[in-house]
Amino acid sequence: MPNFDYEAPTSLASALELLARAGENRPLAGGTDVIDQLKGNRRHADLVVDLKRVPELLTLESNGSGLRIGSAVSCTEVHKYTAEKGGFPALSESTELVGSVHIQNRASVGGNVCNAAPSADTIPSLLIHEAVAHTASASGGREIPLIDFFAGPGQSVLEKGEILKELVLPAPSNNTASTYLRFIPRNEMDIAVAGVGSLIEVDPSTKVVTKARIALASVAPTPVRAYAAEEFLEGIVIDAAAIDKTADLAVGSAVPITDVRGSAEYRKELIRVLTKRTLNICLERLA
Amino acid sequence: MSKKQIKTTVNGVEHEILVDSTWTLLETLRDQLKLTGTKEGCSNGNCGACTVMVDGKSSCSCLVLAPEINGREVTTVEGLADHGHLTPVQDAFVEHSGLQCGFCTPGFMIATTALLNENPHPSENEIRLKLAGNLCRCTGYDKIVRSVQDAAERLSKA
Repeated sequence: MPNFDYEAPTSLASALELLARAGENRPLAGGTDVIDQLKGNRRHADLVVDLKRVPELLTLESNGSGLRIGSAVSCTEVHKYTAEKGGFPALSESTELVGSVHIQNRASVGGNVCNAAPSADTIPSLLIHEAVAHTASASGGREIPLIDFFAGPGQSVLEKGEILKELVLPAPSNNTASTYLRFIPRNEMDIAVAGVGSLIEVDPSTKVVTKARIALASVAPTPVRAYAAEEFLEGIVIDAAAIDKTADLAVGSAVPITDVRGSAEYRKELIRVLTKRTLNICLERLA
Repeated sequence: MSKKQIKTTVNGVEHEILVDSTWTLLETLRDQLKLTGTKEGCSNGNCGACTVMVDGKSSCSCLVLAPEINGREVTTVEGLADHGHLTPVQDAFVEHSGLQCGFCTPGFMIATTALLNENPHPSENEIRLKLAGNLCRCTGYDKIVRSVQDAAERLSKA
């Protein structure tokens, strides 16, 4: 392992002070990405700042207005919490897909976001649930809609000394359903060849879609929203033809590359299939 | 590089040790505490050979820095048996030959123990899903699954 120092501050102020120091200072939550990247020299650090002892980053609470997830809260905790409380089924499902149980026990949802992999399984679920990234730095902090958080593969818009403090998700209405599906060659423990998260809200009396959110993984340099597909769905009653058309439009938002996990054409076809499947699951859940 | 003084409890024994900030928990367990039951496989979180419990949660010790365990409790495969008396999980693996070369076995023991603590009656699908982070390159999965099923029964009768 390359050389670095390690600190485990117990307050947000001291974490921010450490991260603002000269040098390349890297926050660590679960460490399941960062430690592997440091070992492989894919990321460098002079100082690793362990955030798991900072109380402000361990928040996990919901109220009538929504859900707050501190950036150091593990996938396992978020999965258990959302599975029990309800309201964010796509997030509950995707936090149970990240790596193995052993990874989920340590990896944080915030870390999955900050690692900014286009294939990250929790990100489409957070995007369709309209998560806002609340950041913290010595000079204050920002509120960034999650869709604007990503700058490229492995890159976020966080600046030096700035960390993700928490993710804030508004409470969805009762007439909302969401789900996330990914395709991998085995049944578990793999990186998404492509993934789709869908959320729809319908008027319970007319069945007209009042809100649609569709987000795609592994088909662009960053996670993306399928805006054209969302706009098409809003204001109509969903039938089989509408699902086909939505899937076509979602494919139009995908700009995948060909790599070892799949060809660009294959990934586009996966977006079509997964969009249909996620919408059908949402409809079943709303029925 | 810096050294960190940490206090940790490993298999019920308190240790106050000096660790390098860049060591993994796996390295500290094997090289410093000489607990070589925990194995190094892939070193990147895919194979589960290095699975230990940290505060009761199964974790890949290759992806934990040694200073991270300051104040935490660690359980390795050496900490399962009580004075030579195997646990029901270990007995079940022996009974069903849930191992071939044995390299993955310590990880499976810990993962199974953690799984059954969380979910005492897992279905076969749940067992296969929840143990997907532990690879057996001899590929003897069926006997491992049978061992876990039997361990669940033994524990429910215990």
